Amino acid sequence: MKPVFCSLLLCASLVAVALGLAGEQKEARWRADVYAELAKAPEKARNRSNPLENDPEAATAGRVLFVDHCAECHGETAQGAKKGPSLRVPEVQNAAPGTIFWILTNGVVRRGMPVWSRLPEAQRWQLVRYLKSLGTAEPAPSAREAAPKP
Amino acid sequence: MRLLRCASLLVLGAMGFWFGFASPPAAAQESPYFVTYDHYLEEPGNLEVEYFSTLGTQRGGNNFHSYFAEFEYGATAWWTTELYLDGQTTFHDSTVFSGFKWENRFRPLEREHWINPILYVEYEDKNGTDKTLKEIVGHDVEADFETPNADTRREHEREIELKLILSSTVKGWNISENIIAEKNLANEPWEFGYALGFSRPLGLKAAAKRCSLCRQNFVAGVEMYGGLGDRYSFGLKDTSHYLAPAVAWNLPSGWTLRLSPGFGLNDNSHRLLLRWGVSREISGFGGMVRRIFGAKS
Repeated sequence: MKPVFCSLLLCASLVAVALGLAGEQKEARWRADVYAELAKAPEKARNRSNPLENDPEAATAGRVLFVDHCAECHGETAQGAKKGPSLRVPEVQNAAPGTIFWILTNGVVRRGMPVWSRLPEAQRWQLVRYLKSLGTAEPAPSAREAAPKP
Repeated sequence: MRLLRCASLLVLGAMGFWFGFASPPAAAQESPYFVTYDHYLEEPGNLEVEYFSTLGTQRGGNNFHSYFAEFEYGATAWWTTELYLDGQTTFHDSTVFSGFKWENRFRPLEREHWINPILYVEYEDKNGTDKTLKEIVGHDVEADFETPNADTRREHEREIELKLILSSTVKGWNISENIIAEKNLANEPWEFGYALGFSRPLGLKAAAKRCSLCRQNFVAGVEMYGGLGDRYSFGLKDTSHYLAPAVAWNLPSGWTLRLSPGFGLNDNSHRLLLRWGVSREISGFGGMVRRIFGAKS
């Protein structure tokens, strides 16, 4: 009886480990997919620094812009919502300001994010300043559903 | 038939205003243009309900007030589709429903470029009373509008309109050029036209507090538009042209108000086309409709 029990325990452990690994891989794939666009920013764009980095009002103004234009898809706290992924993940928070500015300017049109170049440059930098001030946080559960289709 | 059209217009208008007042707004960032298109499409899932009026002066006839309701929906980030319902009142004459248009705009390129092209395709089904002057093509001239509504309403036109929209944004300025080609499907020649626009928000930085009268909420610009003849007589001869300063006020509540006095630039043009409009963007309209039809929230 004991060997049977041990075998079952071993099998269950293996299945749990396999499922865990698969889940992690799936999670990693999903995240890589969602945030892959960040890596496409050209070097010139990535290296741009935020001209409003030291503007004390930039983040506050950026918050107003975020609520008006971004919160609908990315959620009030930028932790993601049904239509858009979290912007509080390390991929975004550790990205260069120029990269985030580039994404805002160009959008991710084929995946549903419109171009935001209609906002003047200064306002896009204010948004970048706000986003970078948020810090990392766990994505909202509904943000999962925002995973793009291949 | 007329009663049916009026009833549909009323129902659509009521629906539009119901959605306009009872649903969540989205802060708009609209251009002040009435005729020219820039390369910005409606955000996916959002509906913009718009009402526009044009008061036109008419030499040798009665002045008129034309109007249209517009329902603009962002199907995807690269495709916007719109339905227009047009009507007009000619003073000392009558009020008529003049027809409908179905318009689609497509963004072929994924990223922003120095010049951003948009492809535009429109189908129009209207009678001869149309005075919206949403675009000027071919040999459209002021004298075409002298005929009483009773006569022009008997005409029935089905038209296809194509536009190449080119638009750039540089240092806060938007510069847009539209090249227009229109064809009456009843074996008429292709007619051509153009529209140009420049605009810029009065303030480039956003204020730290939400406000209605902040400079960044106002966008001012100027439009120029006119006809370029047709396939057999391309050029400026017997065409009309207009120059129109324009301003838009984007309110934080999601409403946008626009005003534009347009001035005729030659003897073939109406002396004055005074345009105004009001619009409201409704966020998540597509999701609302899907939920009504049973989709999971």
